[in-house]
Amino acid sequence: MTTLLEAKDVSRAFGGLKALAGCSLNVERGSITGLIGPNGSGKTTLFNVITGYIKADSGSVTFDGKDITNARPNAVFALGIGRTFQMTRIFSRISVVENMLVATQRDESWLRGLTRSKSSKSELDNAMEWLDFVGLARLANLQAGSLSYGQRKLLELAYVLVADPDVILLDEPAGGVNLTLINEIGERIRTLNKSGKTFLIVEHNMEFVMNLCDTVTVMHQGRNLVTGQPEEVRANPLVLDAYLGGGDDDDEEVIEEMTNG
Amino acid sequence: MKQTPWWVLAIVVFTLFPLVVTNPFWTTIAIFTLIYMGCATSWNMFSGYSGYVSLGTAIFYGCGAYTMALISIHSHMPGGAEQFLLVPVGGLVSMVIAVPLGAVALRVRRHTFVVITIAFFFVFQLAAINANFTGGPAGLSLQLIGWQGNSYNTPFYYVALAILVFAVVLSALVRRSRFGLQLLAIRDDEDRALGLGVKVKAVKLTGYTLSAFTVGMMGALYAMFLGQIYPQFVFDPVFDVTVALMAFLGGFGTLLGPLVGGLILESSQQWLTATYSNGSLYLILFGALFLVVVLFMPQGIVVKVKDMWMKRSLKASDDSSIPTPATVTGGAK
Repeated sequence: MTTLLEAKDVSRAFGGLKALAGCSLNVERGSITGLIGPNGSGKTTLFNVITGYIKADSGSVTFDGKDITNARPNAVFALGIGRTFQMTRIFSRISVVENMLVATQRDESWLRGLTRSKSSKSELDNAMEWLDFVGLARLANLQAGSLSYGQRKLLELAYVLVADPDVILLDEPAGGVNLTLINEIGERIRTLNKSGKTFLIVEHNMEFVMNLCDTVTVMHQGRNLVTGQPEEVRANPLVLDAYLGGGDDDDEEVIEEMTNG
Repeated sequence: MKQTPWWVLAIVVFTLFPLVVTNPFWTTIAIFTLIYMGCATSWNMFSGYSGYVSLGTAIFYGCGAYTMALISIHSHMPGGAEQFLLVPVGGLVSMVIAVPLGAVALRVRRHTFVVITIAFFFVFQLAAINANFTGGPAGLSLQLIGWQGNSYNTPFYYVALAILVFAVVLSALVRRSRFGLQLLAIRDDEDRALGLGVKVKAVKLTGYTLSAFTVGMMGALYAMFLGQIYPQFVFDPVFDVTVALMAFLGGFGTLLGPLVGGLILESSQQWLTATYSNGSLYLILFGALFLVVVLFMPQGIVVKVKDMWMKRSLKASDDSSIPTPATVTGGAK
């Protein structure tokens, strides 16, 4: 397998806080890569650097051989990197299907948008197909703000997929979602992965990560700590230290989960 | 059963109005009403769709007015119908001015954007009062137009109506275009839109510039209609606020909202001012009206009426299927 997305020695400080301190990450083409770590270890910051929302102080990000360090978010998206957010972000005052259409013009010139209608027949069909894929097709004309939290997660996943990105970054796809829906989301990710999509997933639900991912990278204090197969990572004492070192009650639960299942 | 669309009815009524009502007292009120409806529609086409509330609309109104006055005076145009040719020129000049203003102001969001547009507005007002070529505080007088009596107003009325129709059609087309969808996406979550490939800077600036065009045309028409402009009346802070309030009253971000708001507010203001010869009586009415709107229909008259109507028809049909709510503020046609 070849590397599709690579972050190398990325650093980023917010004031005195080093959110990222020389973090490196490899995402192989066609893989599902997991990114875990205690709260505040820099996972989301790394996502933000990769997708252009935050500028890196140093280090580089390459995608498919191209240097995309500090590129604008729209340019990153146009190249084929789609992402979802930890706090789900949808366009709440337009309809569900209109949400889908926002992302369709991955690399269209802005002038073109003035002269064309919202969607062509094929774009609309494609949008409806993806909505159907996540099970939201019957809600297509509803205002997106009236969707439940879980449905918003699904919509966010769907409207990223509509632009056909090569790699999809998911920030806590299972956070705050009920068990049935978690499994459903897992299934969707697996199906998409089989069809050739690459995934990078940040998630606190260990069961979800361990079952789904081919490779897992553990982050701690802004660095990548350990990378390996889920089983290796689970057994690694460094990882346990990282979680215990945080001294957070939540983290202990996580360790329990990790060691048990 | 097929209904006649609302806009056909509206166009018929507005077209016939000056034929039925010939009294210049009423047609003058009507012209001002059309001008404000057009400006509110145009304002809403950018600010309503994108959420960037601009309080510097009068910049474009004033620039349009001064364009009309300066060009017609300096080219020694005889007062008459050919001056109407300068109306689109006024719009274009306003558009050109909007580009650098937008490029700076649109770098910031929300309250900061509002404050910056207000600041820009006062820069223009002060410039108009103090510059030489604008005639300073005394303003500019245009060539007299020799049209007599009751028919003086008629051409102005129809030109104002034409610009209004243009503004509404443009706003409707924008709403249906990919560009309009991008503006709405920006209103809901600009950073997210950026991350989905929307070139937010270009989209915002285009919207801002387009909306300046119609306002500039209306300003030019205003200057020609009155034949005399003063800096404090064409660069009027009350204009900034009024246009925004019209859109809020009728329905922020809807197509119909600014039309309804403009119709109600401007006609009542003109009528009250003319009837009671009291220039500030309308402010009391405005205040009361806005209290009512803020308390009982914060999304505007149009959305409220639509929701009520929908609830009623839902009850009537006793339909158990999932209702499609009015895509409030964003999608209302």
